[in-house]
Amino acid sequence: MDELINDFIAETRDMAQALSGAIVAWEAAPGDRERLDEIFRFVHTVKGNCGFFDLPRLEQLSHAAEGALAEVRAGSRVADTALVNAVLAIIDRIGELVQALETGESLTSEDDEQLIAALSGPAVTGQAAEATAAPEPETKRSLRSIRLAVDLLDRMMNGVSDAVLARNELARRLRDAPRDVAVEAAFERVSACIAEIRDGITRTRMQRIDSLFSGLPRLVRDLAADLGKQVRLQADGGDVELDREMIEMIRDPLTHIVRNAIDHGIESPDERVAAGKKPAGTLKVSARQAGNQILIEVADDGRGIDGDALVRKARAAGLISAEQADRLSPAQKIALVFMPSLSTADAVTAISGRGVGMDVVRANIERIGGVVDVDSRPSQGVKLCIRVPLTLTIIPALTVSAGRQVFAVPRSAIDEILRVGAVRIDRVGAAEVATIRDRRLPLIGLSALLGIDCQTPREEQKLVLLKPAGGEVYALAVDAVHDHEELVVKPAAPAVMAAGLYAGTTLADDGSPILLLDPSGMAKRAGINFVENEIDRALHAGAAEAEAARETSLLLFRTLDGGRRAVPVAVVERIEDVAADAIAFGAGKLRVSIGGRILPLAGCASAPAEGKLRVLRLTDGAAEIAYGFAEVIDIRALVLDLQPAPAPGEIAGVALIDGAQVELIDTHWLFAQHADAGRDDAPAPICALPEGDPWIDNLLRPLIEGLGYRVARTGEAADIVIAREEDEVPADANVVRIRASAEGQGIHRYDRAALIGALAAAKGRGHG
Amino acid sequence: MAELLLIGRLAGRRVAFPAAKVEGVVELEGITPAPGAAAHVAGLSALRSRVLTVIDGLAALDLGRADEAAARGAIVVPCDGHTYALIVEEVEDVVEAAGPPAPLAAPVGAGWDRVALGTVEANGELFLLVDPFLLIAGPAAHAA
Repeated sequence: MDELINDFIAETRDMAQALSGAIVAWEAAPGDRERLDEIFRFVHTVKGNCGFFDLPRLEQLSHAAEGALAEVRAGSRVADTALVNAVLAIIDRIGELVQALETGESLTSEDDEQLIAALSGPAVTGQAAEATAAPEPETKRSLRSIRLAVDLLDRMMNGVSDAVLARNELARRLRDAPRDVAVEAAFERVSACIAEIRDGITRTRMQRIDSLFSGLPRLVRDLAADLGKQVRLQADGGDVELDREMIEMIRDPLTHIVRNAIDHGIESPDERVAAGKKPAGTLKVSARQAGNQILIEVADDGRGIDGDALVRKARAAGLISAEQADRLSPAQKIALVFMPSLSTADAVTAISGRGVGMDVVRANIERIGGVVDVDSRPSQGVKLCIRVPLTLTIIPALTVSAGRQVFAVPRSAIDEILRVGAVRIDRVGAAEVATIRDRRLPLIGLSALLGIDCQTPREEQKLVLLKPAGGEVYALAVDAVHDHEELVVKPAAPAVMAAGLYAGTTLADDGSPILLLDPSGMAKRAGINFVENEIDRALHAGAAEAEAARETSLLLFRTLDGGRRAVPVAVVERIEDVAADAIAFGAGKLRVSIGGRILPLAGCASAPAEGKLRVLRLTDGAAEIAYGFAEVIDIRALVLDLQPAPAPGEIAGVALIDGAQVELIDTHWLFAQHADAGRDDAPAPICALPEGDPWIDNLLRPLIEGLGYRVARTGEAADIVIAREEDEVPADANVVRIRASAEGQGIHRYDRAALIGALAAAKGRGHG
Repeated sequence: MAELLLIGRLAGRRVAFPAAKVEGVVELEGITPAPGAAAHVAGLSALRSRVLTVIDGLAALDLGRADEAAARGAIVVPCDGHTYALIVEEVEDVVEAAGPPAPLAAPVGAGWDRVALGTVEANGELFLLVDPFLLIAGPAAHAA
């Protein structure tokens, strides 16, 4: 019986969660029969189960809601706001009761009656039939699924990790043993099976990010209602999958960001209208996968972050000096939002003024190896971008050694790796300071920190610049840097963790244990006292850049045909491998699809027949292009003595670097030539088209969109309305009439030039 | 059924461990130090693709340190989701206890008092019954 009740609780909770989107959708369109049915089914199921389990309160509530919804279904009642709210309240109460059932708490039943009474509003007949008409034909098939306990999954995952490590050990022993083809073949098979199982188990841990997004419509609706704002939520990319644990880790930060956006970002309808915007604000939440990272973007079209207000706050709070404040760039001002104890709202509100700030959001994201970026444009909105790794258990790491022992460093914390020889190191008392590009960084010797005997002289060591989560950059001197590896990390025993230096343990391919170093733990242990705060550092970096203005930091690489070329590091966003089949010749250019986007591809004349192509992703801040190349040679900061090219083109000129001629890419020409035009961020004018006309959909719509207009969705307000002769339009609409007949009112529908002209004129009117 | 005991030699004494708490006996193939860890942690080792936290039995008793070169025999003890290897000087045998353990009547010596569960008789001999979990916890846990 207990088991049954647990199933009931879990099932009801899942259903309630999945339903919250439907409820909001139903509220927006009470005539939507599909949603109504979905909600009806929920309360009906709950009612049935309650009868079985003898839970009178739940039964009473669900019965009342079922009754009211049945009336709506039968057409004897209209779903008005009062009813929607009453049903919502009941579904909430059901959720609370189920929660209470699970934890064994008791919940007062006083206002159950009130909730039920709220349902019995005046019954209206007549109009109802009309309101419930036109359901959208949409069928959703449910996938077959079973319910599993989470720890069982964890046990399976652990078992598989062990199997992978056991396989590695076996592989090592086989390499040492005399060759036996039959054994090797059998081993290959086992290997493949384990890989397959690991893949499958990993996938069971993956969850669609939908489960994170499904609660948002309700959250947005409730917040907007509380604040008297109108907010339209667009969630996108719900099918992206992410490690279950990761989803839980992101839930709170995401909720907080959404709250912030609605509370502080999106203005009240009056304010929006006054600013020339639509009364309803838009909140876009999207997720996509890029490599082994997940990108989650939250963008609103509100007032944006007031950087100057943040600066004033920071000044008032004594976080920065007046001199620092003057030197902040706009982006740095906005980044102040992540400083502890700064909140842009002048008044603390019930919604987001709960003492949890963006600094906490950032700390939480960084704790799981993620990054948060913020971009804000005054009166156009704020875009927050969260990047997190796909899973927690497999960590990309760099192996280094101190003395003869190997350690791992999580790659997410690594900023840069340098040779000691290229860096000035000063000894200040007992401490060492490394000066790297005019930045003074505390230096920790790994061997000294761990008390390991080290024979390598300092000059032959390598420096790993580490930036621990929420901390400052410091340099770690190691005896050698080995390799990048994906490590299956497990927690270390408490007696080992007590050192405060480690984040976990893992096994190397040769079967020996490796300790994963904890960058912030090491900094603490070494007693690094960060005098400079983050702002100072940003300024310092800025000043250093100014001093080194004549120096250009260049990425040297080998092109596909073997030449040496260089491109400024500043325009390189990242380096990625793309599969050959992601490259295609389309619309006059070679293009590559990366992470759900299509980028123009330069640097190669044709798509490779097979295999992978390495590309540089170059950005000018707005547009992005991919540049195919063979391999990276080095990164160098240089004062260039450039021999300019005779004619403008892909190559700006030739310079001598390390005794070899290197062609410098003319990035200006490259973007002018390759970047997709019309990617400016100004919102596209919206154009409404008559619906249901195949000619419009198939012939006119592509033309309109090609001209840079966005076609309005049903019911959306538009800047321009295109109408046929027979269409009725609102009196105040900005109309362009088209006609199918040779004679008559408006523009003939195949008169392209006249149509374009009329649209441009209408656009002018709309803006005037 | 009577309790099974694992008889081993630790710090020169023959002692009994409850066999139910012991997963097995291993020869350690090499120990990776874990600098900065608690004093009784000798380091890490690997057993069938699992990481073992190696506990120096002598240090856990606060009676010095095991001779790194000589001591390679260890008993494997799973505890709280981690697996430990407890270095002992010698592992003799698994025997059946003649009866339930008896409480200690008098102190049994520095270090030992903390880890001893009592005395137990087997094969006509009386052994000190030692709790491997208390050894793993180390001297610091007692002090705290």
